[in-house]
Amino acid sequence: MEYLPLIGIVVVILGFALKLDNILTVIAAVIVTGLAGGLGIKGLLDTLGSSFVSNRNITIFITVLIVTGTLERSGLKEAAAALIGKIKNASAGAIVSAYAIMRAVFAAFNISFGGVAGFVRPLIMPMSTAAVKNKYGELNEEHEEQIKGMASSAENVGNFFFQVLFVGGSGALLVQGTLAGLGYEVELVELAMAEIPVSIVAIVVAILYYNIRDRRLTRKYYGPKNK
Amino acid sequence: MAFFTDAEVTLGSKLLEIIYMLTGFVTIYTGIKNLRDPENPSRIGTAVFWTILGVIISFGRWIPATVVGLLIIIMCIPAVLKKVKMGNVQKMTVEETKANFEKIGMKVFIPAFVIGAGALVFAVFTDLGALVGVGFGVLSSAILLMVLLPSNKPAVIINDAERMISTVGPLSMLSMLLACLGSVFTAAGVGETIAKLVSGVIPKGNITVGIIIYALGMMLFTIIMGNAFAAITVMTVGIGAPFVLSYGADPVLIGMLALTCGYCGTLLTPMAANFNMVPVALLDMKKRFTVIRNQFVIALIMITFQIIYMIIFH
Repeated sequence: MEYLPLIGIVVVILGFALKLDNILTVIAAVIVTGLAGGLGIKGLLDTLGSSFVSNRNITIFITVLIVTGTLERSGLKEAAAALIGKIKNASAGAIVSAYAIMRAVFAAFNISFGGVAGFVRPLIMPMSTAAVKNKYGELNEEHEEQIKGMASSAENVGNFFFQVLFVGGSGALLVQGTLAGLGYEVELVELAMAEIPVSIVAIVVAILYYNIRDRRLTRKYYGPKNK
Repeated sequence: MAFFTDAEVTLGSKLLEIIYMLTGFVTIYTGIKNLRDPENPSRIGTAVFWTILGVIISFGRWIPATVVGLLIIIMCIPAVLKKVKMGNVQKMTVEETKANFEKIGMKVFIPAFVIGAGALVFAVFTDLGALVGVGFGVLSSAILLMVLLPSNKPAVIINDAERMISTVGPLSMLSMLLACLGSVFTAAGVGETIAKLVSGVIPKGNITVGIIIYALGMMLFTIIMGNAFAAITVMTVGIGAPFVLSYGADPVLIGMLALTCGYCGTLLTPMAANFNMVPVALLDMKKRFTVIRNQFVIALIMITFQIIYMIIFH
């Protein structure tokens, strides 16, 4: 019976893997673990309540949302578009790389301007495909497919590895809360500092990869004389 | 009130509590606005979720833990039943944002960057803490937005806040609930049980082996679950704490990088549909795995780099 509390872990893994409602999965795991672990109903509610209150710092994302909407209304996305529009005579790989850098810098300040739906589709893709057509007079279908993949990848890599640099981001707050529950007190700034080398390596690796890959695809689809 | 006049409580904690109150008030406003909105298809469910959440954020410190626990369960019912919906939010058109950009120009970046800058400046130069800095940054940002563009009245900002909160919806509370799950795991002794179970497989006291298993475990669990936040709660309680941290490794480095090891898993999995599958549809890609294909090499290099980095600097 001593392994009974582990049933909560099984609930989390199955719930997420089977794509059940995420909130239902987590609440079910909370209840099952609490009861199997012998906390009792009152103990379970106490633990849940006190941990929610002590983890309220995670709700700081709502504080940020207070101005996010008006920033959007005031033309933030248009400004980002104007910024990336300054790039001229670049290859598709370079445009995707520039987007990765821009996304990364903004993610570190917890600013987003539309993602794939709001920014890559209406701006980055037309810019990249026009660049290829201008240079080679045509756009190979398979090349276009991979540019789409790289642009979505730039969105993800820039976002994931740089949002951790924002002091007060949800990820670091979750780590801080989890560690605190285990008896380790850590500061948010320290957590962000630990990620700096990882962020830098991630963006350098991504940029090299997009450019090497784009150059290889260009050579493959438009002939060896075009490098 | 005793809390705010207590000399034992730091100024940072008091200010943070005020930020929670303001945040909670905006959340409660979201609940009340939707309760009175005939265009919301689920007025009561929406109101129950946001109002209770707002009350816990604002006043949670003064409510008995048992009551908060019960309120959380009640709050999650409409969320699970998909009864938390968007109502008639304040409209925003492309023409309007374009016109506003023509007026403000690149200066719109200032109120955007001031939030992150506030967090950093407060964390480094004061002892009030990063989150008070975020709150200060948000306040400065709101003031700058009003100064730069007179049409940004306080009511516009509050209703835009409601629009954003309604847009992110109840799923945005997932990381909070996962943090709570972590506490319940710890209280129920899940960590010790796993530690006992796995101790036959992982050699005791070998931090290097512990780091490799923790990092790869984060990546694999994220691939299976599609969510690094869910993986880190389970993996840190079960593997990270007993097999790495308890042997004296740096919790800052190990705990934080575990999350980005999980993100390597996010880059590799179709389970993370928002990041890897939705773009396939949005950009009309021909193959389902084109996004993952273009992240594969980056993810493998990053997990390798992070494991080496943790082994060297733990």
